[in-house]
Amino acid sequence: MTCQEIIDFLMAYLDGELPSSQRRVFEEHIDECNCCEQFMASYRRTVSLARSCSEVQGPIKPPEALIKAILAARKANAD
Amino acid sequence: MAQDIDLDSSEFLDRLRAGDDDAAEALVRHTSGPLLAVARRMLMNDDDAADAIQETYLSAFRRIADFHGDSKLTTWIHRIAINACLMKLRTRRRRPAVSLDSLAINFAEDGHMSTRVTAWKDQAHSLDQSESAALVRRLIEELPDDFRTVLILRDIEGLQTADVASALDISEAAVKTRLHRARLALRMLLDPHLRKEDE
Repeated sequence: MTCQEIIDFLMAYLDGELPSSQRRVFEEHIDECNCCEQFMASYRRTVSLARSCSEVQGPIKPPEALIKAILAARKANAD
Repeated sequence: MAQDIDLDSSEFLDRLRAGDDDAAEALVRHTSGPLLAVARRMLMNDDDAADAIQETYLSAFRRIADFHGDSKLTTWIHRIAINACLMKLRTRRRRPAVSLDSLAINFAEDGHMSTRVTAWKDQAHSLDQSESAALVRRLIEELPDDFRTVLILRDIEGLQTADVASALDISEAAVKTRLHRARLALRMLLDPHLRKEDE
């Protein structure tokens, strides 16, 4: 397996979707290739950062004007 | 008042279905904050996000009779909000975005990497949590809409691949391909900020 194939299969590997024979070849490459090992670590970190980036943001308080506009539009639609 | 309401109680749903004004207001006050956050992430424009949220609630009030409690009410409205944002994205002009080709990894003819990959700083020696979250959000905004949307829906909003495929009317394989390319691009954009200094 080449580095290019490792990158192509990276998500499938991390999602546990690679068949066991391919998985073994993938892991052998990672064990021997420092570039791919580092790349996989940074890819994992990227996914983790993306998943947590909204949690840090905290709650958003919707503007009162928006709430009033939604309720007014609901009334108008109902009439 | 809104904090004490059980949005999934049959009594509250009955009031919504009957057109009760107080129940409608409680629903909007209780749920619009998180939905506005979703819309701002997807649309990156406060006015567009507000429009999408208004459309979300109007659609929800129109369709409340069709909601039978198969999911939580908040999950149902979350899906409506995502569809309203996708509709907005489809109708507005595409914005300039980074080219994914410019972020492609370089390989030699034999398929091995032609550039050295440098390890990233560990979390203790990197940006603090709020700085890195702000950086990630800013870099996600640089991705082309088709890829950014899939990354937001899967990795941030937590939708399943099949649900993203259905919302975008593309195959599950296409969702996976776009997600992988979006993550690779985001990784490349993060690299200069997080890589260890060359020794």
